[in-house]
Amino acid sequence: MKLLHALADGSVVAKRNLIKIKRVPDLLVFATIMPIMFVLLFAYVFGGSIEIPGMDYREFLMAGIFAQTVLFGATITGSGLAEDITKGIIDRFRSLPMARSAVLIGRTTSDLVNNALVVVIMMLSGLVVGWRIHSSPLEALAGVGLLLLFAYAFSWAMAWVGLLVRSPEVFNNASFIFIFPLSYIANTFVQSEKLPTVLRHFAEWNPVSAVTQATRELFGNTSPLSPAPDVWPLQHPVLASLGWVVIFLLIFVPLANSQYKRAVAR
Amino acid sequence: MTDAIVAEGLVKRYGSVVALNGLDLRVEEGTIMGLLGPNGAGKTTAVRVFTTLLEADEGTARVAGLDVRKQADELRKNIGLSGQYAAVDDNLTGFENLDMVGRLYHLGRARSRERARELLARFDLEDAADRPVKGYSGGMRRRLDLAGALVAKPSVLFLDEPTTGLDPRSRLGMWDVIEELVKGGTTLLLTTQYLEEADRLADQIAVIDHGQVIAEGTADQLKDQVGGERLELSVATNAELAIARSTLADLAVGPMETDERQHHLTVPIAGGSAVLIEAIRRLDGEAVKVLDVGLRRPTLDDVFLTLTGHHADGEDEK
Repeated sequence: MKLLHALADGSVVAKRNLIKIKRVPDLLVFATIMPIMFVLLFAYVFGGSIEIPGMDYREFLMAGIFAQTVLFGATITGSGLAEDITKGIIDRFRSLPMARSAVLIGRTTSDLVNNALVVVIMMLSGLVVGWRIHSSPLEALAGVGLLLLFAYAFSWAMAWVGLLVRSPEVFNNASFIFIFPLSYIANTFVQSEKLPTVLRHFAEWNPVSAVTQATRELFGNTSPLSPAPDVWPLQHPVLASLGWVVIFLLIFVPLANSQYKRAVAR
Repeated sequence: MTDAIVAEGLVKRYGSVVALNGLDLRVEEGTIMGLLGPNGAGKTTAVRVFTTLLEADEGTARVAGLDVRKQADELRKNIGLSGQYAAVDDNLTGFENLDMVGRLYHLGRARSRERARELLARFDLEDAADRPVKGYSGGMRRRLDLAGALVAKPSVLFLDEPTTGLDPRSRLGMWDVIEELVKGGTTLLLTTQYLEEADRLADQIAVIDHGQVIAEGTADQLKDQVGGERLELSVATNAELAIARSTLADLAVGPMETDERQHHLTVPIAGGSAVLIEAIRRLDGEAVKVLDVGLRRPTLDDVFLTLTGHHADGEDEK
């Protein structure tokens, strides 16, 4: 019953956040311009110098772009919350008989919808530069589902950071500390086996690598000539990705909730 | 009569700063309590404790019979809050803002919409109802915020400096609205740093300074604490001032004050307009030309100055 209330209240808050996407469409436009620039940059500028045995670089690239896109997309959760708690609207919410967790549930839910929109736009831009899905529709759907699941779990981590720093400007700088190594010391844009040893180990166990590898496999963007590195998370990327999702949720849902209580009670 | 708000010994510290220093307060059901004090006196902190936004370090508080700490969830169903900073979402329309609040009070879809339209009409926001709040004026935002506090028809209402930052015209409009809405028997706790506002709206006033209630009563009772009526008059010359002083000496119930530069005399009196008439008659008899004369009661600012040693606006400590 309590959970039901939290979900109902969360959906009211999510609706409020989604109206903002509708009223300020620039947010969505700029959220997609950067990944599109990355697609163009890697497909046409760097891509020529990167060779992936047995396949076209653009086929290899797009799964990495998708993973990076949802990672960046999840940062909206942090900046959105950091912005909300500097304004009076949170006081209004807190004086209402609504579920305490609804603000976070609503925020992560609306950001999931936002991320889903961005993934669709990115898939369309992938198709334009020559990327194709070579798997069954069901597998492709599972690939999109996995990306969004990961995005949702990562949103909670960003929620925690956003509530910790309590300023949208600081958050935007702080989030890069997480986002950069996660999205670049990985198999997103190059094969991880080509990295120097220390970075290679990081890349192989990086959750983003598992998600990227899983997405590649589910979209059929792999080649027998470029097998996945012989480490467990990349040999079982779907399972590893789901494992990361569970770990992220277990750690960051309680952390974000307790940080929310601390951030607003002053 | 029962008390809608009871606070006993509330203490709240922020590091070394003591925001509430043993605050005691009782507000009778169906009345308007004005919490009057300068910036930083602890008014907002008190409201935040009463509305469950903040937990006090010490002391207890009950609102609508419910403990702010132990029965917070139940309590929130019975209160409405309109804060110092309009708590409305800029990207939502006025209607969407109120509809959202209704849904979060769990009024249900149909009732929330109906109530939102009702309140928009009542607060004269019908024309702007479907425009994003971003384009609203300061007064419109405050009215919308106040409407938000009324969505669930709460039995206890908290308004934290409802007119701060409004232009004089919007302030008068806000006063009318507030007077109108408490006719229905709602208990209202209002904080303000404007004496005029407390004087006009509140049944009872609690003067708060450094986190404590330092005086309490009706506006008249507070004024009486400082002293009763006084006669103030201006004449043209200092010679006349001296005559006036000696002529009126036996009407004074306390020491008279003279300002030789302004040719101004203040005479504390008792007895009201009869004394005023008597004074004018005597001065006329002495052929003193009176430029201005009046019977004045102390203002709340006088009350404030006497009680705290500084003015209510908190700008200068004297």
